[in-house]
Amino acid sequence: MSVRNVLQGISLLGIAILAALSLLFISADWLRHLGGPLGSFGTDLFAAILSGGEWVDDTVGTRVFQHAFTWRSVSTGILIGIVGPLVGTFLVHRQMALIGETLAHTAFAGVAVGVLLAGLTPLSGSSDELVFIALIVSAVAALGLQWLTAHTDSYGDVPIAIVLTGSFAVGTLLISWGRDISPIPIEIEDFLFGSLAIVTPEGTRLVAVLTVVVVGLVVVNYKQFLFITFDEQAAQVARLNVSGYNSLLIVMTAVVVVGAMQILGVILVAGLLVIPAAAASQLGKSFRETLVLSVIFGQLSVLLGLAFAVSVDLPPGGAIIVAAIIIYLIAITVSDRAIGQISVH
Amino acid sequence: MSTVIDIQNLSYSYGNTLALEDISLTVDEGSFLGLIGPNGSGKTTLLHLMIGLKRPDEGTVTLFGEPAHAFEEGERIGYVSQRATDRGESMPVSVRETVLMGRFPHVGHRRISDEDHVIVDEALERVGITDLEDRAISALSGGQRQRTFIARALASEADLLALDEPTVGVDAESRTEFYDMLDELNQEGITILLIEHDVDILTEHVDKVACLNQRLFHHGDTVSFLESDAIAEAYGPTSRVIAHDHP
Repeated sequence: MSVRNVLQGISLLGIAILAALSLLFISADWLRHLGGPLGSFGTDLFAAILSGGEWVDDTVGTRVFQHAFTWRSVSTGILIGIVGPLVGTFLVHRQMALIGETLAHTAFAGVAVGVLLAGLTPLSGSSDELVFIALIVSAVAALGLQWLTAHTDSYGDVPIAIVLTGSFAVGTLLISWGRDISPIPIEIEDFLFGSLAIVTPEGTRLVAVLTVVVVGLVVVNYKQFLFITFDEQAAQVARLNVSGYNSLLIVMTAVVVVGAMQILGVILVAGLLVIPAAAASQLGKSFRETLVLSVIFGQLSVLLGLAFAVSVDLPPGGAIIVAAIIIYLIAITVSDRAIGQISVH
Repeated sequence: MSTVIDIQNLSYSYGNTLALEDISLTVDEGSFLGLIGPNGSGKTTLLHLMIGLKRPDEGTVTLFGEPAHAFEEGERIGYVSQRATDRGESMPVSVRETVLMGRFPHVGHRRISDEDHVIVDEALERVGITDLEDRAISALSGGQRQRTFIARALASEADLLALDEPTVGVDAESRTEFYDMLDELNQEGITILLIEHDVDILTEHVDKVACLNQRLFHHGDTVSFLESDAIAEAYGPTSRVIAHDHP
C-alpha cells in the first residue's frame, strides 16, 4: 500500500466520521420534537452536543459552537461537501459541467413559484417550503432538460443556455409579481448568494435524507454510471439502460443542487459540483481515485470556507468556492510538477 | 455453421434521407466480415443496426436468432466505436478499470468477484498490456488504447466483435500488430465485423467483404470482391486510384 493510498484512506475515514456526527446531530434535532422515549433521547442527545459545543467554545475561545444554528449549517456543509463532488465528478466527465448551474437557476424559479404560492394559497412561504418547492421544480426541469438535450442530439450548451436563462427569467418575473401579493418578506440575496441564516432544521433534514439516498444510489450504481460516463455507446451495446441512468443522474443532480443551494446560493452552487472534480481529475490515476479525491477536496473547501465565513461574518458560498479554486490551482501546480518529473526520467 | 446475423430487405432513413436501401446479407459464426464503402455510405449505420443500436425502418435484422434491437445478452457483443477513445483523452480511467467494464454486464449490481478479476487478468495478458494495467488510458499510445478496448471485449467473453475504424490515428506498425491479433482471435472462433477505409488492409485480413453505398454492391468472399467492379461502382468514377492498387 502506497503513502498515497494511506493518506486517502485516512481522509476518507475522517470524512466518514464527520458525516456520521452530522447525521447524528440532525437526527437528534429531529427526534427531540417527537414524543415518548425517542423524543427524550433526542432531547438529551441534542443538549449533550450543544454542551460539547460550549466546551469547544471555551477551549478554542470562540462563541459559535454552543449555538444550534452553527451545528446545522456546519453539518449541512459537511454533507453537501460529500454529495456535491460525488455527483459532480460524473457530470464533469460527461461534459455536463454546466448542468448544475442550470438546475440551480431552475431551483430559483422554484423559489419564485413558492413565493407566489404563499401569496395565493394558505402556504406560509417559510424557507423550508420554498426549498421543497424548488426541489420539485428543479427535478421536473432536470427531466425536461434531459428530454431537450436528447432531442437536440447532444449535451450541447445551447439547450443549457436556453433553460438557464429561461428559468431565471421566469423566476425574476414571478418573484417581482409575487412580492406585491405575498405576505413574506423574501430575502432574494440569501437565495442568490447563500446564507447560513436560511439553513433551517427542515432544510438540514432534507440534506441529510438526500445525502443518504444519493450516496446509496452512487454506491449501488457505481459500475453503471462509470461505464455510461466513459463510453455511452459501448454501454448501450452492453444493454445497460442508458437513458434510465442518465435520468437518475440528472435528477440526483437537481436534488443535490437544491440541498446545497441553501448554503452556496443559486449562482455559486455549481462550483461545488465542478471545481473539486476538476482538481481531482488533475491528480487521479484511476476513476475511483478521482472520485475519492474530489470528495476530499470538496470537504476541505467546505470546511475551510465555512471557517473563514463564520470567523469574519461573510457569506459562506463565496468563501467555499474561493477555497475550492485555491485547491484547484494547487492541484494543477502539483500535477504539472508530477508530469515534469516523468519527462525528466 | 450457424448464422450470427441475418439481414433481410433492410432499409433505414434519417428523416427523409435514405441511408440504407434493401440490404440483405448473412454473417456466419466464425467469419471475419469487412464493411467498406465511401464516406457517408451507411457503413456505421449498418453496423449499428447489426448490433441492435438502431431499429430497422423496413426489413429485419436478426442477431443470434433474435431481433437485434430486442437482443438482451449485451455481454456477447464487444464494440469499439470510432469515438470510443474521445472520453479517454480527458477522463482519468485506468487500463484495468476499462477492461473491468467488460465484466459489468455479467456483474450487474453485485460486487466484482475474484473470478471477474482473473478473467480481466487473462484478457490483459491475451492482448499483451498486463504491464500497463495501472496506467491512465490518456497516457497510452493509440495502438495500446485499442488493445485495451479489445481486452474489454474479451473480458466480457464476447463471441461477436464489432469494430468501427478501430485504427484511426494508430501508427503503421501497431496497426499491423493489431490486425494480426484480430486474425488470431478470429481463428479462435470469434466472429468479427470490421469497418476499415483502407482496402489493402481490409482485404488482407477479412474473409468476407460487404461493399456498400446505400445499396449493397458486393457481398461475398474477398477474392470475388477483388475480381469484381464493386469498388468502382460503389465509389463512382473517381475511384480509379484505389482500383489500380488491385490488379
